[in-house]
Amino acid sequence: MSLWRALNGRNDDDDRPAPGTPVFVAHGLTKVYRMGEVEVHALRGMDLELLAGEFVVLLGPSGSGKSTLLNILGGLDTPSGGTVRYREHDLVGADERRLTKYRREHVGFVFQFYNLIPSLTARENIALVTEIARRPMTPEEALALVDLADRMDHFPSQLSGGQQQRVAIARAVAKRPDVLLCDEPTGALDITSGKVVLGVLARVNRELGTTTAVITHNAAIAAMADRVVTIADGRISKVVRNDHKASPEDLAW
Amino acid sequence: MLDRKLRRDLLRMKGQAAAIALVVACAVAAYVGSTTTYRALRSSNEVYYDRFAFADVFAELRRAPRSLASRIAEIPGVGTVETRIVADGPMDIPGFAEPATAHVVSIPPGGPRLNRLVLLSGRMPEPGAGEALAGDTLLKLHHLRLGDAVTVALEGTRHTLRLVGTATSPEFIFQIRPGDLLPDDAHFAVFWLPESDLAAATRLDGAFNNVALRLAPGARETDVLARLDRLLEPYGCLGAYGRDRHVSHRFISDEIRQLQGVAVFMPAVFLGVAAFLLNVAFSRLVGTQREQIAAIKALGYGNAAVGLHFLQLAGVIVLLGTLVGTLAGAWFGSAMTRMYALFYHLPLFRYELDPSAVASAVLLSLLTAFAGVAGAVRRAVRLPPAEAMRPPAPPRYHATLLERLGLGRLLGPVGRMILRSLGRRPVRALLTAVGVAAAMAVLVLGAFLDDSITWMMDLQFRRAQLEDATVTFVEPRDPAVVHELHAVPGVTAVEPFRAVPAVLRAGHRTYRIGILGLPSPAALHRISDREGNLVALPAGGLMLTDKLADLLHARPGDDLDVDILEGTRPRKTVRLAAVVPDLIGLSAYMELDSLNRLAGHGPALSGAFLSVDPAAEQALHRRLKDAPLVAGVLLQRVAVASFEATNAQYLLFFTGILVLFAAVIAVGVVYNSARVTLAERERELASLRVLGFTRGEVSAVLLGELAVLVVLALPLGCLFGLGFSALIARNLSSDLFRVPLIVESSTFAFAALVVLGASLLTALAVRRRIDRLDLVEVLKTKE
Ligand SMILES: Nc1ncnc2c1ncn2[C@@H]1O[C@H](COP(=O)(O)OP(=O)(O)OP(=O)(O)O)[C@@H](O)[C@H]1O
Ligand SMILES: [Mg+2]
Repeated sequence: MSLWRALNGRNDDDDRPAPGTPVFVAHGLTKVYRMGEVEVHALRGMDLELLAGEFVVLLGPSGSGKSTLLNILGGLDTPSGGTVRYREHDLVGADERRLTKYRREHVGFVFQFYNLIPSLTARENIALVTEIARRPMTPEEALALVDLADRMDHFPSQLSGGQQQRVAIARAVAKRPDVLLCDEPTGALDITSGKVVLGVLARVNRELGTTTAVITHNAAIAAMADRVVTIADGRISKVVRNDHKASPEDLAW
Repeated sequence: MLDRKLRRDLLRMKGQAAAIALVVACAVAAYVGSTTTYRALRSSNEVYYDRFAFADVFAELRRAPRSLASRIAEIPGVGTVETRIVADGPMDIPGFAEPATAHVVSIPPGGPRLNRLVLLSGRMPEPGAGEALAGDTLLKLHHLRLGDAVTVALEGTRHTLRLVGTATSPEFIFQIRPGDLLPDDAHFAVFWLPESDLAAATRLDGAFNNVALRLAPGARETDVLARLDRLLEPYGCLGAYGRDRHVSHRFISDEIRQLQGVAVFMPAVFLGVAAFLLNVAFSRLVGTQREQIAAIKALGYGNAAVGLHFLQLAGVIVLLGTLVGTLAGAWFGSAMTRMYALFYHLPLFRYELDPSAVASAVLLSLLTAFAGVAGAVRRAVRLPPAEAMRPPAPPRYHATLLERLGLGRLLGPVGRMILRSLGRRPVRALLTAVGVAAAMAVLVLGAFLDDSITWMMDLQFRRAQLEDATVTFVEPRDPAVVHELHAVPGVTAVEPFRAVPAVLRAGHRTYRIGILGLPSPAALHRISDREGNLVALPAGGLMLTDKLADLLHARPGDDLDVDILEGTRPRKTVRLAAVVPDLIGLSAYMELDSLNRLAGHGPALSGAFLSVDPAAEQALHRRLKDAPLVAGVLLQRVAVASFEATNAQYLLFFTGILVLFAAVIAVGVVYNSARVTLAERERELASLRVLGFTRGEVSAVLLGELAVLVVLALPLGCLFGLGFSALIARNLSSDLFRVPLIVESSTFAFAALVVLGASLLTALAVRRRIDRLDLVEVLKTKE
């Protein structure tokens, strides 16, 4: 690893950008899905910056392009046009191998459906990531962060939905990612579990300084964000800065 | 609407469907090919016997007046009687330097009434013109034409036979020179001569030395045989026998029996594999289509319609397989028929694609398929619409036994995923391994015959019997002949032998055989047991092969009565001193001097085994075959070479077919297993990719599982292969020939390599699908 770093000439790990400097910069981002004759324009020229350490909530009607945007930022998908960079990483020209490496080193994902590996216990699900990460926490630390230290050896089928989502978050943050991308993380949860999950996200953002973007349909959640970005029809329609971030417990669901 | 779903489902699972259809095709091909060949062989044999009057009883004797024929006919139960002259002698074929033997049969005036001739070309020979009919393959093999001549030595005199036609007859479906293992038409041929010509050549005017007869309806063969024996014994008859001891009949009926076994065994293996594959594929299909099934039912389709829909899907796959299989089976059958034409002379044997065999293949495949998918279809039918709309309960996993035993600590999360996934469906995992093992077993089976035959040949001709040539005399000679043989240029060693025809009796059981007397210890013609150990002759008394001892119910230490059938024909009592378990046939051995004493008329030799300088072999052969009183010369090297050539052709065909079959099974099982696992675990694999696992790492999860199964299958495959081989060895073994169960380690290695290769190729194909996994798509949906 150190040889690789020496060859690479630089060390990503230790020079986290100062809070507030842009980490994601997107210009004129477009995404067109071709389905036979029909073209679906999911993104129609989007300009966006995400700043280091900030907590952003993405709002917008169904089909407006939120997931498409998040997937491009996370290196799961590539845009049809425009530019998008994560710091010095060009996410448009990168091939599959570079995108995989990018995800592995920088990105944590949380999805609506937790996507845990059912054959692995909570601890093992996290170990899956910590074994390939450079500077990970231990699985135990990660589970303590989401208050599930006592459920370490449970299989996903033995956990509630909220608990599974917390394991998923622990798995996403265990490698100390630079960015945490969450697509409707509370979409499948009731109020109580939803608030616990959001609390965990806020805590990770606060304590680890992880840049966090959360897609939600629940406008109430916007209150806990630094910034709220509203998307409509593949474009950014509104950006609102919150001067007073609410804590998750205080959200009116 | 369901029809459209059917088409779409079929298209979606086309890879799997093709793999299953191919396995079904193999089953059908094996079934149709071997069944139709079996039926064609059996029926053409029966029709041939019937139309050309194959005799029921045969007897060979020294010489009897023709007047005896009417007394034979008077035996109760005897129908048509035919007396004949049959003789063997060395022959010269123009342009062919190797030793060859002619087997000459007389044609009674007016043509044979039993074992009638099928005239294939030319015309019947005229008496007194030196004309003859030749067996059907002689001309072709030696590039001769009608009108060409061969020379045959009979009773020490050379006769030129002009070939005016070719023929065959039901007593020569299988033509083999006594003592050979496989037919060798290049070195052995049958000829038919007018009776008067052959009588003159063999000095049997007004006499005969061979009887064939048909039994009257309802006659008991054993009674006729007993009476015939009594009547013919004074004329040097070594014992009359029925079809069951007729060499040609024995070989062809053994072949038919073996083919019937193959026609059951191979398709059963394939259909078993196909049923398993269908079971796995359809369980998965019904699992993924829970919501669809519910929706269809909610739309008002009945349970029967849903059940029928899945059965139709299975039916379409199987029918596609049977279509391919029938075509392949027709090819396989006609190729097998051509193969048989190498060994058997069956003029009525034509390959025909028997529609009833195809029908039963289709029926059998459909039944097996429906049995395979029954469980899955029942689940689909029973699914209440409401419940189906709910997602299935999440899969439950637990630590496997191996992990609880402490192995888990050695494994990372990926290793555990593999282990637990296997542990969650142990039956399916086991059956997958069994399926791959079956492929390997089929390969072992294909190569095992080669191993066994090579081993047997090596034992027989390179380790035990070291002679280069065998000379047989027309009649027993004085031992001084050994010196004469020594003097022949090129001969480096001479080992005399004596053969004495005799009847062995143990209680009421009897067996007629030539007792072979050999010097002890033997330097050239040595006897070995089944394991390949050389066996020394006992100092006194008889040594029998175990099969013959069994037949007589005799054990070492028993006293046997022996009727010597030459000279003064004494009856003696001899101790059965030893029994040798051997591979080929029924034999009786004795130490040379003891045998001479037993036969009771001083030392004499029937022939000698020779060790020959290879450079002088041809010259020696030319010189000896024309020597007076030499009945025949057999060159070991030529015999072995021709055996190996015929055999190689046969093995190449069957091993080729079996390799193909095995590859289809291996690919079918591995591909299906991989696809089903991929479908079940798409989401997991996509999750891993999102977490930053590379394509290679993700593939390792899925392919690792397969690799574990394939590796587990290898020892299992060796075991199955040994089992299959033992079954086939038993099926192929007869009184005449026993196939040893020899499987070389190179065969296991070969089988393992083919299975690994097929698995690897399949894995690569599946790997491409893993690489193309659409992460966003997979993760968007709820499980
Ligand atoms: N794989 C695809 N093929 C074709 N069209 C697609 C594909 N994925 C997304 N789309 C289309 O792109 C548009 C944006 O989709 P996207 O998933 O980004 O919406 P979203 O804002 O996340 O909606 P939701 O809130 O419902 O999740 C939609 O019109 C959708 O139909
Ligand atoms: Mg979305």
